[in-house]
Amino acid sequence: MLILDCPYCGIRADETELAPGGEAHLTRVGPEGSDAAFESYLFDRKNPKGVHFERWRHAAGCGKWFHAARNTVTLEVYGTYPAQVTEPPKALLAAISKKVPGWEGWQ
Amino acid sequence: MSEAVSALGGATFEGYCILRDAGPTGMVTIRGDLGAAAFGKAVKKATGCALPKQREIVTNGGRRLAWMSPDELLLICDQGEAPGMAAALAETLKGQHALALDVSDARALFRLEGAGCREVIAKLSPANLAPGAFGPGEMRRTRLAQVAGAFHMPDESSVEIVVFRSVARYAFDLIANAARPGSEVGLFAPAP
Ligand SMILES: [Zn+2]
Repeated sequence: MLILDCPYCGIRADETELAPGGEAHLTRVGPEGSDAAFESYLFDRKNPKGVHFERWRHAAGCGKWFHAARNTVTLEVYGTYPAQVTEPPKALLAAISKKVPGWEGWQ
Repeated sequence: MSEAVSALGGATFEGYCILRDAGPTGMVTIRGDLGAAAFGKAVKKATGCALPKQREIVTNGGRRLAWMSPDELLLICDQGEAPGMAAALAETLKGQHALALDVSDARALFRLEGAGCREVIAKLSPANLAPGAFGPGEMRRTRLAQVAGAFHMPDESSVEIVVFRSVARYAFDLIANAARPGSEVGLFAPAP
């Protein structure tokens, strides 16, 4: 079972308390974007085999959205962090790089 | 004014714990920046309760003030006191990006009493109910089977449970079933 630490209420929540929000750190494409860019924003996802950055909501809990970094193959959780950021914390990225040799980075 | 009644009219179930609909109860939701000094001051002035820390629930007489999220508190009080509390909070919070709303009619409050109360809740929620992991003074928002619920322990042998009024019957029956005689598991039993 997936277990994530909610950065807002501090609860170690299992997935039955959480709601998934898909890939994290997407850049929203608004009315100024081209059709292709908008389509990509809506539908193109990384779907990696390995390190993945995701949005989760502590739905049956404090109700807050947060971010999680985990491995889609091993299910290892590298960490969670607040939603008010546009990219993962540097310390977390460094820790993941150390654990996953050859990792191509989050972008 | 019509007479306020609680969702289940004071229903009671006696199993290996006793479950009661607590009757009409006041609840006021307070939203704002819990990190701002002015917010804590305004809340204290209106309720007499200190600002609870993360997941904490503090008591001032019949009033209980619980931390619900980094920008939300829940005040539980006498039913008749709730509209006045919401108005007093609106006054002391004036000028801040905050709000207080009387949500008494949208909620139900149950009390579960008995030595096995931790176990009954543990049957329904993913929360860790083990002594040491959870106990009096903490408000836990979680899930009771299929619905959202929050609870705290006024003391070691009782749990106070808050659910949405619309699911009161479901939640009551769920807890009653978990407390039915003969279904004791023996979790969290005190060491011999
Ligand atoms: Zn949370």
